[in-house]
Amino acid sequence: MSVLNSEKLPPILKDSVITGLITLVLAVPIVGLPTINATEGLQIEPRWSVVIWMVSAVFLGRLVLNFWWHREQTSSSSTILLNTPFLQSLQQLLKFIIPIGVLFALILPTMPFASRYVMDVAILVITYIMLGWGLNIVVGLAGLLDLGYVAFYAIGAYSYALLANYFDWSFWICLPLAGVFAAISGILLGFPVLRLRGDYLAIVTLGFGEIIRVILLNWYEFTGGPDGISGIPRPSFFGLEFKRSSEGTFSSFFGLDYSSMHRIIFLYYLILALALLTNFITLRLRKLPVGRAWEALREDEIACRSLGINPTNTKLTAFAIGATFGGLAGSFFATRQGFISPESFTFIESAVILAIVVLGGMGSQIGVVLASVVLIGGTELFRELEEYRMLAFGALMVGIMVWKPRGLLAHREPTIRIKTEGSS
Amino acid sequence: MEYFIQQLINGVTLGSIYGLIAIGYTMVYGIIGMINFAHGDIFMISAFIALIGLLVLFGAGITWLPLVLIVVLILSMFLTAAWGWVVERIAYRPLRGSFRLAPLISAIGMSLFLQNFVQIAQGARIKPLPPVVSGGFILMDSGDFTVNLSYLQIVIVVLTLVLMTGFSLLISKTALGRQQRACEQDRTMAALVGINVDRTISLTFVIGAALASVAGLMFLLYYGVIDFFIGFLAGIKAFTAAVLGGIGSLPGAMLGGLLIGLIETFWSAYFTIEYKDVAAFSILVLVLIFRPTGLLGQPEVEKV
Repeated sequence: MSVLNSEKLPPILKDSVITGLITLVLAVPIVGLPTINATEGLQIEPRWSVVIWMVSAVFLGRLVLNFWWHREQTSSSSTILLNTPFLQSLQQLLKFIIPIGVLFALILPTMPFASRYVMDVAILVITYIMLGWGLNIVVGLAGLLDLGYVAFYAIGAYSYALLANYFDWSFWICLPLAGVFAAISGILLGFPVLRLRGDYLAIVTLGFGEIIRVILLNWYEFTGGPDGISGIPRPSFFGLEFKRSSEGTFSSFFGLDYSSMHRIIFLYYLILALALLTNFITLRLRKLPVGRAWEALREDEIACRSLGINPTNTKLTAFAIGATFGGLAGSFFATRQGFISPESFTFIESAVILAIVVLGGMGSQIGVVLASVVLIGGTELFRELEEYRMLAFGALMVGIMVWKPRGLLAHREPTIRIKTEGSS
Repeated sequence: MEYFIQQLINGVTLGSIYGLIAIGYTMVYGIIGMINFAHGDIFMISAFIALIGLLVLFGAGITWLPLVLIVVLILSMFLTAAWGWVVERIAYRPLRGSFRLAPLISAIGMSLFLQNFVQIAQGARIKPLPPVVSGGFILMDSGDFTVNLSYLQIVIVVLTLVLMTGFSLLISKTALGRQQRACEQDRTMAALVGINVDRTISLTFVIGAALASVAGLMFLLYYGVIDFFIGFLAGIKAFTAAVLGGIGSLPGAMLGGLLIGLIETFWSAYFTIEYKDVAAFSILVLVLIFRPTGLLGQPEVEKV
């Protein structure tokens, strides 16, 4: 603390006291006076102790932060020095991380710690990675803000569930069909609305997501409404089912003892394959003219038009391909859960997927992986504290953005940023 | 005919509430170009503050209604404005000048945080409030259907009109309004001529939150039930209203709010109540296809 000048202390203290006081003002009604649903109507039961705890926690936290910021300022201005060599070494490191990561994902089920729970979380994380990669095409590459991506996820899930229930088709036939349906709906939605710019597009896609959810919720005869669809068939391994039976099942064919883990591991490899396929196709598409056109469109639409790129068609392809992957992930979700209902396809899901893309660093494939692991895996740790989970999730989103506005791994991080006030 | 007039009254009332929330969206969008997703949750918090205020005052034995309502209104405006200020300070100010999607994600995070914060602090169950303002006029009576205009509906519409007028004057006549419009046009230039841009933006959030808090109190009194999740739907409806009217335009926000309120009410009255949200969004899409900048929005000039 020797770097701390004595005249700096009062402002720091003052700032912390003010922060504490503001917290007090905010916390008194919402935290200090909770409304309790009693039989004779709403009652208020004050609990000042929590308010005092909160205020002191915020005060101390602010004090510590202030000290820390102060030290950062006085110690050295190392940010620019750090930037270039540090980033280069990071890039070097990334080359090794990708194969190691894929290898790790491949051998994960054989690890000793791969319990049922770990595999479930891994499947969940990879599902979000796949969704993130799918949305990355739309948001990260083509620069279209889509707040209703969950609609395609829902369409994929319901396509599989309905096709399987009505026609009794197998997962492997329905999977591509679900992708096709999602792509068609993407084109149908995209065609009228892709002329809109930026945030208008955002609200229309948000509206589309809500429309799909409301329809699923209310079209009782067809979708089961709020009850959802249950008894969705599980996928089979080349016709071999994962069941406890002696004939024609996976375990009997390979002469293994039946274990419920077989199906989990199969599902794990299935989603891993789907996700890697998404990634492979995206990486390939980026090298094609259409991929270049997406990125060019993101940077400057007017320049693109003057070069003869048709913006609507280019955006439509991005929208449709993104939707396809959403649909595929959706039908995987349906087959894994065995039960789907509109509950699973709320706006929060769209927000989470978008957050994964943006927090990872737009356009960065590895960033999506990192953000999914941090957000989905990280909040999974709070699973026991169910109601604090989403609280932590929201705080994490704000925190990461404030800390790294361009995402954890920015794809186009400028080497030196000139600080300008107000420019966007 | 009577039925139609009743729905018109209900629609205008609902539209007033949406319009007041929509102002917050459209102002923030106008000045920093971001969708303030947490605004709906600010509205939700204001409804909770109003509920707590009412319960505390009634509990203390103060029952003279005009006094109670005015005290609660002012209290809730101040406290909600404080929330609006803090949200801007924590989640948006550090991101000023960074790329477009960063504040949006931060706003979605803030919205999730506030929702869950209130859920933990106040409980997840819905909070019913017995009618506080009751009574009204009977406008028409055709024997089998009576058209009611409740006092509360009058208060809501009149208060909205007063606030709108005052607010329009604030933007068009005062120094603060001029600063705000200057920041809207060009923040760098505004800073160069000596306008405190950060302060102006903070005040925009404060005003938006205060208007939303009025909507929160009215929502509470009008519907009599709130929960921690009301902010989401009211928020996206109000944002839809702002876009429909032309985002960045204040009369547009009001007009959009009214339209969304009317569409929803009439759709529920004459068709199916389940699909009222679908109707609102479909009309938004239709309007945007033919007028991509909304009803009263300024066409965006593309500069190279």
